[in-house]
Amino acid sequence: MIARIMGGGGQYRVDDSLLERLNQLDERAVAALERGDEEDLDARLDEMAELVRSEGEELPEDDLSASDIVIPPSDLTLEETRRLLSEDGLIPDLPAAT
Amino acid sequence: MAGLMSRAAMVIKAKFSKLLDRAEDPGETLDYSYERQLQLLQNVKRGVADVVTAKKRLQLQSDKLEQSLVKLDTQARQALAAGREDLARAALERKSAAQTQLQDLDRQLQALEDQQQKLVASERQLSAKVEAFRTQKETIKAQYSAAEAQVRIGEAATGIGEQMADTGLAIQRAKDKTEAMTARAGAIDELVESGALEDFTSDQTQLDRELAQISSQSQVDSELEKMKAELGAGETQKELES
Repeated sequence: MIARIMGGGGQYRVDDSLLERLNQLDERAVAALERGDEEDLDARLDEMAELVRSEGEELPEDDLSASDIVIPPSDLTLEETRRLLSEDGLIPDLPAAT
Repeated sequence: MAGLMSRAAMVIKAKFSKLLDRAEDPGETLDYSYERQLQLLQNVKRGVADVVTAKKRLQLQSDKLEQSLVKLDTQARQALAAGREDLARAALERKSAAQTQLQDLDRQLQALEDQQQKLVASERQLSAKVEAFRTQKETIKAQYSAAEAQVRIGEAATGIGEQMADTGLAIQRAKDKTEAMTARAGAIDELVESGALEDFTSDQTQLDRELAQISSQSQVDSELEKMKAELGAGETQKELES
């Protein structure tokens, strides 16, 4: 399984068994986001990223594999995180070719 | 509500799938996608340069504020020496405001530094992937039939599309931060240039004036003393001569 840490954190190959622990943290992150607890959300996202970094193996930067899971950055505000995950989103459109 | 990880992955996939919708000819799709990658690479480089510029500006301001601190401290001492505790207090109050600004500025600088590091990492990753994509693009064009190529393109473009979305976000974030700080920096510049900080707009000039008055007053006094002494000496001289 491949995980990406957003915000320039790169991609890691992680064992599928890690998914359960990641999902537990993810659930708590969702709960924090829902009740508007930014501090808790950021802490959980940092834990998730740290787990991937410490247990995973970093992919070479020129690897073109897609990720199965993507960990959002922890330096966003609650509003930005919500926008990141929404339809129109925080991610800007890609630039047009000139 | 699905987890954040899967939602983020979905949003990113939705974003870059549009990249592939466009052209019917696989070769064209690849070239077009590559063009956009190069464009984004330019954007991220520009983004890094913009952050560096903003950091320099904040650093200059930080230096100015340091100078203000020294000046205000000196003024407080002068005022106190002249027995004007009210003026000394005003100067120290402003010094404290300047210190707060300075601490805030240092935090902003650190935040920009963080953005810069993320952008640089993002640029490096994108650059490596764009190069890999270019190689793969040529292979696909040379070796595969149209139907096979579609599959290969899907694979190659997915990974790079994900990177482009992440880099795009990093650029946007850095841009927002830089713009916000440039606006704040402009406001602080005005405060520093007007000689005022925070709430002290009106009496900074007053403080300067009063201190200047005290200082010129004491200079006048000392010159008067000097003249009197000289004059006294001259008169004594005259008396002796006559």
